[in-house]
Amino acid sequence: MQHRRVSTLLIGISLMLAACAQGPRTSPTSPPVAGEQPRPGGTLTFVVASEPPSFDAHRETTYAILHPGSPQYSTLLRYDPNDLTKIIPDVAASMPEFSPDKLTATVKLRTDVKFHDGTPMTGEDVLATYNKIVFPPQGVASARQGAYAAVESMSATKDTIVFKLKYPSASFVASLASPWNWIYSAAKLKQDIKWYEKNVGPGTGPFVFDKYTKGSDWTGKKNPDYFGKDKNGTQLPYLDGYKAIFIVDVTAQVNAIRGKTAQIEFRGFTPEQRDTLARALGTDLAIQEAPWICVNYITPNTKKAPFNDVRVRRALTIALDRWKMGEDLQKITSLRDIGGLMRPKGPFAMPDADLAKIAGFSRDAAAAKQQARDLLKAAGQEGLKFNLLNRNTPTPYEPLAIRLLDEWKQVGITVTNQPKQTTAYFADLDSGNFDVALDFNCDFLDEPDLQLAKFYSVSRVGTTLNRAGFNDTKLDGMIDAQSRETDPEKRKKLVWDIERYAMDEMAYMSPSPWWFRIIPYSNKVRGWKVGSNHYTNQDLVSVWLAP
Amino acid sequence: MTAITRDAEELARRRFLERTGWARARRAVREFIGRRPLGAAGAALILLMIFSAAFAEVIAPYDPTENRFSDLLLPPSAEHLFGTDAFGRDVFSRIIYGARTALLVGFTASLVGSTLGLALGVTGAYFGGRVDQLIERSMDILISFPLIVLAIAVVAALGGGEGQVGNVVAAITVPIIPRVARVVRSSALSIVSMPYIESARSVGAGAIRIMARHVAPNVFAPYLVMTTAFLGQAILLEASLSFLGLGVAEPTPAWGLMLRGAGMQFMERAPWLAIAPGLAISAAVFGFNLFGDSLRDALDPRLRTA
Amino acid sequence: MQRYIAGRLLLMVPTLVGVAVLTFMIMRLVPGDIVQLRFMAGGGTVSRALIDAERHRLGLDKPMLEQFTDWMTAAARLDLGTSLWTNRPVIEEIGLRLGLSLELALLATVIAIALALPLGVIAALKQDTWVDYAIRVFSIGGLALPSFWIGILTILLLLTVFRWLPPLTFTPIWEDPVQNLAQLIWPALAVGYRYSAVAMRMTRSSVLEVMREDYVRTARAKGLGERLVVVRHALRNSLLPVVTVISLEFAFLIGGLVVTEQVFNLNGIGKLLVDAVVNRDYTMIQGLVLLLASVFVIINFLVDMLYLVLDPRIRYA
Repeated sequence: MQHRRVSTLLIGISLMLAACAQGPRTSPTSPPVAGEQPRPGGTLTFVVASEPPSFDAHRETTYAILHPGSPQYSTLLRYDPNDLTKIIPDVAASMPEFSPDKLTATVKLRTDVKFHDGTPMTGEDVLATYNKIVFPPQGVASARQGAYAAVESMSATKDTIVFKLKYPSASFVASLASPWNWIYSAAKLKQDIKWYEKNVGPGTGPFVFDKYTKGSDWTGKKNPDYFGKDKNGTQLPYLDGYKAIFIVDVTAQVNAIRGKTAQIEFRGFTPEQRDTLARALGTDLAIQEAPWICVNYITPNTKKAPFNDVRVRRALTIALDRWKMGEDLQKITSLRDIGGLMRPKGPFAMPDADLAKIAGFSRDAAAAKQQARDLLKAAGQEGLKFNLLNRNTPTPYEPLAIRLLDEWKQVGITVTNQPKQTTAYFADLDSGNFDVALDFNCDFLDEPDLQLAKFYSVSRVGTTLNRAGFNDTKLDGMIDAQSRETDPEKRKKLVWDIERYAMDEMAYMSPSPWWFRIIPYSNKVRGWKVGSNHYTNQDLVSVWLAP
Repeated sequence: MTAITRDAEELARRRFLERTGWARARRAVREFIGRRPLGAAGAALILLMIFSAAFAEVIAPYDPTENRFSDLLLPPSAEHLFGTDAFGRDVFSRIIYGARTALLVGFTASLVGSTLGLALGVTGAYFGGRVDQLIERSMDILISFPLIVLAIAVVAALGGGEGQVGNVVAAITVPIIPRVARVVRSSALSIVSMPYIESARSVGAGAIRIMARHVAPNVFAPYLVMTTAFLGQAILLEASLSFLGLGVAEPTPAWGLMLRGAGMQFMERAPWLAIAPGLAISAAVFGFNLFGDSLRDALDPRLRTA
Repeated sequence: MQRYIAGRLLLMVPTLVGVAVLTFMIMRLVPGDIVQLRFMAGGGTVSRALIDAERHRLGLDKPMLEQFTDWMTAAARLDLGTSLWTNRPVIEEIGLRLGLSLELALLATVIAIALALPLGVIAALKQDTWVDYAIRVFSIGGLALPSFWIGILTILLLLTVFRWLPPLTFTPIWEDPVQNLAQLIWPALAVGYRYSAVAMRMTRSSVLEVMREDYVRTARAKGLGERLVVVRHALRNSLLPVVTVISLEFAFLIGGLVVTEQVFNLNGIGKLLVDAVVNRDYTMIQGLVLLLASVFVIINFLVDMLYLVLDPRIRYA
């Protein structure tokens, strides 16, 4: 009786709520086509979701320094803004030339490059920059030093820099195009090796630093002496300046684009945020999307029972119907494509047909669930219970965890979601204080050396990389071998062997659906292309604003 | 003179409370509804909430944690009264189950917090001097701790896992204590300087007896205001903590949690996701405050003789 | 009297020391490390050696006691050190945000008092009439609706109906008052509404209580006009609890608007504090908590002084 009366009341409220729902959405414009005549002038305003801890990109690992800072600096090589899979020279005059033994790389430098303080850039500056990155002095942090393990020594003349390698390295050229390797002034570094940690510039980039108000915004002005010109000979950059606004709250970020206070955010939004913007802005909105080199790893703690049992680890990954997960989660999160250890649709991606043969990627979901149950039974772990260590980030971590819990529940595993603040999460990850964790990885480049770094033995790279805590010399050997293989096709095969071994046979860690990058932005913004990551292509040199 | 009339009033009040016959109770309830319609409305909201929490299994049509990706973000209908969320979970069922979390957090945190605050506030005011200073300083230290630092510290120090509702309760209880103590003390200060306290002391009544019989009843009004207010505020605080990702963990049904993430993200396309828990929180806090105010008006001896 | 005041002033010191000790201990009990966060949050691949070197540079590998004495001796000289996160002086970082937070707190207080005092007195005088009910429902609404929720709805309303978004960056009021208010008035309203509810309830119950006091009855019996009774006796004497509530709330507002600041993207003290806690920026947390505690202690002291002035019944021993 009471039940029914309550329900009637609730139906009334519900219908009112339904009336609030929005009508059909208008479709936004497709990304502007190439071939338009770029128009100089204007100020680009963009959103940055967090703040840089220091100004030195060599030492930091957050995009929060690259987005506001990159326009002030150049790198030796760079990614072509018109084709982000192609590497082209930046302050280099041409691409590196290798000796026949592939152990010496010589890079010629431009001679018309000037720092913002008016001093000309020479080989000395590039050498000082790379010395700081590859051989940092005591007390100087260089976050990606490990990526240059192949470098034996460097030397420079006025207009060249020469790298001597210990062994041929497949990823070496790409690492010279790293968006983190900003060229610094040797004079400033000599004056104070930490100069660039505390100061912005002088760099050689298309924009000159103007002002930074902490917690609020960062502005830059056009560098009139920039060395770059476009193919019509027009002086670059096109923009008069830019303003980066720092906004942490996700809803506030979307509102900034929606209220046209900002024109773009370069990291990415969820499908729903895209659709909200599309409904609100209609044809004023443009959208670009791309598979992202970011992925979460389901990481069992291999040092802890029962996850030291490969059968249990395999059951965990086999229980997941990844294809259906991708299909469902892409409706509500920025997770989408299914792949192995290399980015789906990227240059090293394993074909779907081969992938489907790996444990946890089968197209036959029912059979897989049964197989998982059998494995658990064989391991004596029916009714397995564990905690899932997670990061308390609303997207994509929390939705992913909810879905994983549901998948595992179907094979009789009871999992408790344990979201923690990022710092506490890292503390647990690092100390191995977890059963199974959702680890993650993001890189600036499709490069097995980067994406496989987490799979080296823990005795070799420590828990900061290998969160699962395993030691496997066979796997170490396999990863080293692909790194030294300079033939792209042969290297791909080696990488695929590693994927089969690490994800299926040993089931150390397995990826959940890969992230997908969605950039909804003002259709006035031209000359910017979305890439596979949110690190590269941020110097804004080719960006311009339509009237 | 004051002391005599006060004791007489207190006697009358006790007698009023002691008569628990059914007829008497019914009449009291009727009288309460007639004279305090706001309070009655509040009580109705609270009863509805307790009812939902107690009979959640019966009322809720679905398992609140069951994912159904074929039924994502359905608008409200006869089948799903409040629609479904981003995982196809029934929002109505989650609201019903969420009442449990809310009541647990609200009652535990505010009762424990306020009662400790009352004890400390009265003790400080009565003894004055060093005891008062010591309590005051400790309360100052606690109160001047920003809520967020306390909350994060408590949640993190107790660790995650199954007991997470307990963590949230603890995180909310601690900041309530000094806030109640402060207000209770400031009310009690004007009581302890009353002549009848002096006279009670002069006839040799013990400190605890004086505090319990003469001081505490006279600061009951602010204590009640604060307890009921914090009942609601605790539910609100839980919502804020969850909004920041420091509250109860998914997939536990909790109103504050429902406002986070998906609730915000789908606010425009699926407003029921954010409106339903928002309304539930507001209704609960509203109910506790309305009821608390009226109860205070009805019980306070000095306010009854209007 | 002077001795009492001097004593009260002196007592601030142990309170602040207590806060400092507690902050230091609590934050170190909470797991997490600023260096890990800094190098790992972006998803990069960093080595253990780099992390250890950075911890050493920041002095985080020193014994706990040494860290504490270092910090305390510096703090005693009013040097709060540099932020572990940004490497800039803590004072400078706080100074950048203090203006906004103070202004917002003041705005919200003005709004709250303007609503609470008249409404509270009217509700008390018209107790149990529909006026009282209406005012109470309105004010309890302020307590019941989460203020971040009101904030989000406000922004959504401005965006959908007026197609306008409040400014996202702060302009000091002396540079451009219009721009400044356009940003701050919305959060001030959202917060002020809740704040007014707290103050209004206290005003109402306190006026009700005082109206039953003997001296007010006497004043009435003497035939003084109702308005005079209210203003001269009831309001004045019922102000004490109200002032207590308002000042406590004000002290809270300066660092406590965490969620509201996030929703409106305000660069205030609350956001700085949460970022510091999330980052485990120990020096920043310690500095901020000490600052907020000082604000609180000073306001507390002022309230006590007010009690002395307004209520002669209070004994000071």
